[in-house]
Amino acid sequence: MTVELGHIALIIALCLACIQAVVPMVGSFSGYTHWMRVGHSMAVGQFVFVALSFACLTAAFIQDDFSVAYVANNSNTLLPLQFKISAVWGAHEGSLLLWALILSGWSTAVALCSGKLPLILSARVLSVLGAISVGFALFLLLTSNPFDRILPIPPLEGGDLNPLLQDFGLIVHPPMLYMGYVGFSVPFAFAIAALIGGQFDSAWARWSRPWINIAWVFLTIGISLGSWWAYYELGWGGWWFWDPVENASFMPWLAGTALMHSIAATEKRGVFRSWTLLLAILTFSLSLLGTFLVRSGILTSVHAFASDPERGIFILIFLGIVVGGSLLLFALRGPTMRSVTTYSGWSRETMLLINNVFLVSSMAMILIGTLYPLLADVLDMGKISVGPPYFNIFFVPLMSGLMICLGFAGFTRWKNTEGRALLHKGVIPSIVSLVMAFVLPMFMVDKLSWSNYSLTAVVTLLLVLWVVTMSLEDLWLKSRGKLSSLRGLSGSYWGMLVAHIGLAVCALGVGLSTAYDAQTDLRMLPGDKTELGGYQFQFVGVERVQGPNFIAYRGNVEVKSGGELIVRLSPEKRNYTSGGQVMTEADIDGQLHRDLYVSLGEPLGNQAWAIRFQVKPFVRCIWLGGLLIGLGGLLAALDKRYRRRRLRKGADESSGGLVFE
Amino acid sequence: MKVVGGLFLNRLALFLPLVLFAALTIVLLLGLDKDPSELPSVLVGEPFPSFSLPALHDADKTLDERDVIGEVVLVNIWATWCFACRIEHAMLNQLAEQGVKVIGLNYKDNREAAITWLNERGDPYAFSVFDERGRLGIDLGVYGAPETYLLDATGTIRHRRVGVVDDRVWNNEFRDLYAQLIAVQR
Repeated sequence: MTVELGHIALIIALCLACIQAVVPMVGSFSGYTHWMRVGHSMAVGQFVFVALSFACLTAAFIQDDFSVAYVANNSNTLLPLQFKISAVWGAHEGSLLLWALILSGWSTAVALCSGKLPLILSARVLSVLGAISVGFALFLLLTSNPFDRILPIPPLEGGDLNPLLQDFGLIVHPPMLYMGYVGFSVPFAFAIAALIGGQFDSAWARWSRPWINIAWVFLTIGISLGSWWAYYELGWGGWWFWDPVENASFMPWLAGTALMHSIAATEKRGVFRSWTLLLAILTFSLSLLGTFLVRSGILTSVHAFASDPERGIFILIFLGIVVGGSLLLFALRGPTMRSVTTYSGWSRETMLLINNVFLVSSMAMILIGTLYPLLADVLDMGKISVGPPYFNIFFVPLMSGLMICLGFAGFTRWKNTEGRALLHKGVIPSIVSLVMAFVLPMFMVDKLSWSNYSLTAVVTLLLVLWVVTMSLEDLWLKSRGKLSSLRGLSGSYWGMLVAHIGLAVCALGVGLSTAYDAQTDLRMLPGDKTELGGYQFQFVGVERVQGPNFIAYRGNVEVKSGGELIVRLSPEKRNYTSGGQVMTEADIDGQLHRDLYVSLGEPLGNQAWAIRFQVKPFVRCIWLGGLLIGLGGLLAALDKRYRRRRLRKGADESSGGLVFE
Repeated sequence: MKVVGGLFLNRLALFLPLVLFAALTIVLLLGLDKDPSELPSVLVGEPFPSFSLPALHDADKTLDERDVIGEVVLVNIWATWCFACRIEHAMLNQLAEQGVKVIGLNYKDNREAAITWLNERGDPYAFSVFDERGRLGIDLGVYGAPETYLLDATGTIRHRRVGVVDDRVWNNEFRDLYAQLIAVQR
């Protein structure tokens, strides 16, 4: 009964979404204010019904209702409660329902926060969001209904949730990622509304900025969590694989980052209008493309659980309408007027443009790398897979270039910045970072020699220190060295500073963990010892343990440094009882400056085991940096000026921006 | 005139994203027909790799590539930990009944569990090779279980299927090729 209720709730939500898509749009052209207001209540109603539908599916999981095919495939009675709940979005159908829920949530937020927006604009924005909802609700109901029953004979016991996904990471990673993906539908809707209305003043840019920031924060956190999850759960010690699914989440992030920066220039100076509109469309399109790549099975990947061409066709048509339609609208109505305002030299506009070039080319090369195997296949050039070497060759130099420019971020001025002044400010930071970058790597190794003096580390430290020292110099100059004046700096400025330093911290983790990573795979008998990266590892033995829904071999490894016991690690090899899958659970001792990572391989007979030992310096900085970047976005979104604007309608306060003025 | 021309070019430039997107869509549309699990192995047309591994049912008996060569056979990679293999098993039993020779490659598995599994579910395999560490799996470039290879009488790999072989896959990919190879063999 609950299940049918959920199904009906979803159908009602679809009907409400149809009304939300059509009525306010018609109203906005014919000037009926009542019609225009309909969208607001429909958005709230739609949210209520999708939430009800989602709650019903969750209830089916908690009650082990195996007559529901989706539940039977992804849950069983042995599964702990928190995983029964997270299993709701563990596979295709449920994750789409989650997507629809989040979309209606964002629409509701827009409806509730649009009090000060011109009615005609908010009506069109909600109408666009409603149209996207219609697409997703139809997709759910027609091709991937999570409420389908197995009748008349339901199975007595369900299959298992993929053991990879039985983890805290899965509980939080997809909702975060989806909040980000779907969040970009809001700036997209604003851009479409602006194109329909032909109004390209800074109003739409100003209104979308906080939404972009918040969506971007969720996406940032989501990607960091995903990487962290891959690191500790996949058991190989890698943290980024350039897997198509990872790329699918990374491309909207890069485009979204470019959008965040370019829209600042559009709002403040009225420049880059068409470019910003295009980026808003592109960012959301990439989020949809991500869904398409992941869900259609067009690319094989460890993540692509659902492979079904019918769904692929549906998404492709949907994608064609959304992206093709909006690009057509852009082509026909986009602003062709050259901006009246001018900028020159090393102005902030120029720097933001350079930033956009770096970010968008990185995005484009990832897109090419992800789609090239497919392209080659279509052109009968054979199945090719593009691996990490390709991505690294392009991505590392592009990001290095970005970081060099990023150092100047705080110092630039709108309209024009004197080049000589910029160079002058770069003198001390460049000397400091040059000297430290060449000296520090000498202390990173035990016995220094030419062979272990790492150039990767030098380049990493150079870039990282450059960004950090430049940012701190800027902070020093802005606060004139007084702590009291720090409070006067805007939230946007702090946001920029924290996010930029976050990027540096992340780069530090990437560079140093690559440069000083130590790894060895050994055959170990109980009592065997090995030395790696200055640590002594001793294998004590393996015991059998019983978990809630698995049986595991648990290894016992003692780690010592200088004869002193630091930690006991217990990596596991788990055998999940219902599906029979085998999982490697690595055990990690994590500290800011290094991770000790031990994973249990295959049993080799006579009590011997294959064991992988890894020492990874500074690897934790990668995710710490990711969190800092997200925090920066949050600080910028919480800037007082967005709230003040709500109080004083239309007042244009130009203090602060994305960056300080 | 110059201004008008500039505007026209500007307007034309706005169409560029649309054109790029259209091109991308066509590629994706064409790609949708391709089945990613139908990976033409580089090994198709190559001889089956040589190996020396114990038999599943008899740890003392060593099997090598000569045991596989000589007849048209299916080599099926399976394991008890592989959920999809359970689904595929019924199909393999059926094929064995029809007289298709199937050889099993038990992949990274536990010997007792594997023998129990065959006792419970029926044994479609003429014999099973026991590849505990996945040595032969590496030579074949195995992605995971199940995988199925069709070999001709000279031991050359003629077709490869990653994933479950069911009725549809058998009829579409294997049946005709198998009949043809059998005809050649006779």
